[in-house]
Amino acid sequence: MRRPPKPGHSNGNGDAPAALENGDAPSPVTDNPGKRLTTGAKDAPADLVGWVDERMGATSFLTAMLMRKVPKGTNWFYTLGSATLFAFVVQAITGVFLAMYYTPSPVEAYASITHLTNDVFLGEFVRGMHKWGASVMVILVFVHMARTFFFGAYKYPRELNWVIGVVLLILTMVMGFTGYLLPFDQRSYWATIVGVNINGTGPIVGPYLSDFLRAGPEFGATTLSRFYAIHMLLVPGAIIAMIGAHLYLVVKMGTTAPPWMRADLKPKDARREPVEAIADGSANGASENGNAS
Amino acid sequence: MKPVGYFEGESMTRRRVFTLAGGALGGLAGAGIILPALGFAVAPIFDQPEEDWQPVGPLDDFVPETYVPRVITIVQGIGEAGKTTVYVRRGSTDLGEDPDSYVAISTRCAHLGCPVRFVQAAGNFICPCHGGVYGFQGEVIGGPPVRPLDRFQTRVTDDLVEIGPRYSVTSQLEPVRARDPGEFTGGVWEYLYPPRPSTAAPPSS
Repeated sequence: MRRPPKPGHSNGNGDAPAALENGDAPSPVTDNPGKRLTTGAKDAPADLVGWVDERMGATSFLTAMLMRKVPKGTNWFYTLGSATLFAFVVQAITGVFLAMYYTPSPVEAYASITHLTNDVFLGEFVRGMHKWGASVMVILVFVHMARTFFFGAYKYPRELNWVIGVVLLILTMVMGFTGYLLPFDQRSYWATIVGVNINGTGPIVGPYLSDFLRAGPEFGATTLSRFYAIHMLLVPGAIIAMIGAHLYLVVKMGTTAPPWMRADLKPKDARREPVEAIADGSANGASENGNAS
Repeated sequence: MKPVGYFEGESMTRRRVFTLAGGALGGLAGAGIILPALGFAVAPIFDQPEEDWQPVGPLDDFVPETYVPRVITIVQGIGEAGKTTVYVRRGSTDLGEDPDSYVAISTRCAHLGCPVRFVQAAGNFICPCHGGVYGFQGEVIGGPPVRPLDRFQTRVTDDLVEIGPRYSVTSQLEPVRARDPGEFTGGVWEYLYPPRPSTAAPPSS
């Protein structure tokens, strides 16, 4: 990687002052114009990366994030979080393009969905990715959560990341709930009626929550656009912020080894004492038990 | 060591005063943006409903023995999604009702809001979603619903039956303010599921 010369050093080779004094001394690179062009072209990508990196200093951050050490025993189960992130990115990209054809009005929503599904080039495919991707994301979130639970990866000092993960789970379910209404067919309409009414059964605040979701006492003119705004603006923003915090903590804390790996213990220490021996020796201290047997 | 600008007897440093003042100003500016936006989003909760009466047919269309389905519009301007079916009949003396009154039963199931259907042969309202069953007056006789079917206020104008605002009833069929499906009525439930400002006052029973 070629770096721009620092002030006071004309080309960073150390012999710069001499070269300057010699004036027109031919350099091995620059004497042939054709060779100079090819060498310059080869260096261009590295130059660009170097130019950006010198001004962002991102390399050290990316190295720390991507090249970080992981525990022995790390396996395919540890890719479930990345898989969920990938599913979210797919939802975000396809969602942006679906929004180009969708009309969130009770009168036109269904027609715009049938138009984008049946008439628009690859519309069925893009909508299918969004629709099935939603289920994939929910499934992956739960499998990722199960992995964290069964591997004990939620324990100290990673409890906060578990809490953030639960918030992400709830936000994902909110995405599923609000997105389900948008096709505005019979199934999504009645499923939303039922879902809003389930929200309403919470004591004291439930009835007001229902009114908030519907923008009134009945499914009304702005209910659909309200769901649409929550679905494509409010919750995605919150999810992106939460994913940022989630990943920050993953990098900061590192990942856990699987429960069957005891890499932190030397073979001698890993030997299990009988439970009775530990219980009996509670008054005499652990060292005595360690020396016994 | 005393901070720069310290004088004897001061209780707050200059730096602390400016930190607090800066935080307070920033908080005020933030609240000035967030609070109106939040109020804008939750405003519909406090909207008072307009009373809307719709004619559904002449008096002779309705008899005390059975229900006649009629379609009314409860939300204007959103097409089919704003319409709902109501079942209308004349008051029955056998059931202790005023024979000159009209009963309009909402098709919105009191369980979770699916559309119920009046089954003539059984004389019952039946919900397709979760198996709720209601008797002739809308009282619960089976399944998960938590209260009888809602009703609409009725009146007669120029020999036409008119349908007005929705109201809910208790298990004793006493009118209360309209509640959403899934919410109990009567007794302590009137406080656990408080009446919303967006609903109309119930008719005096």
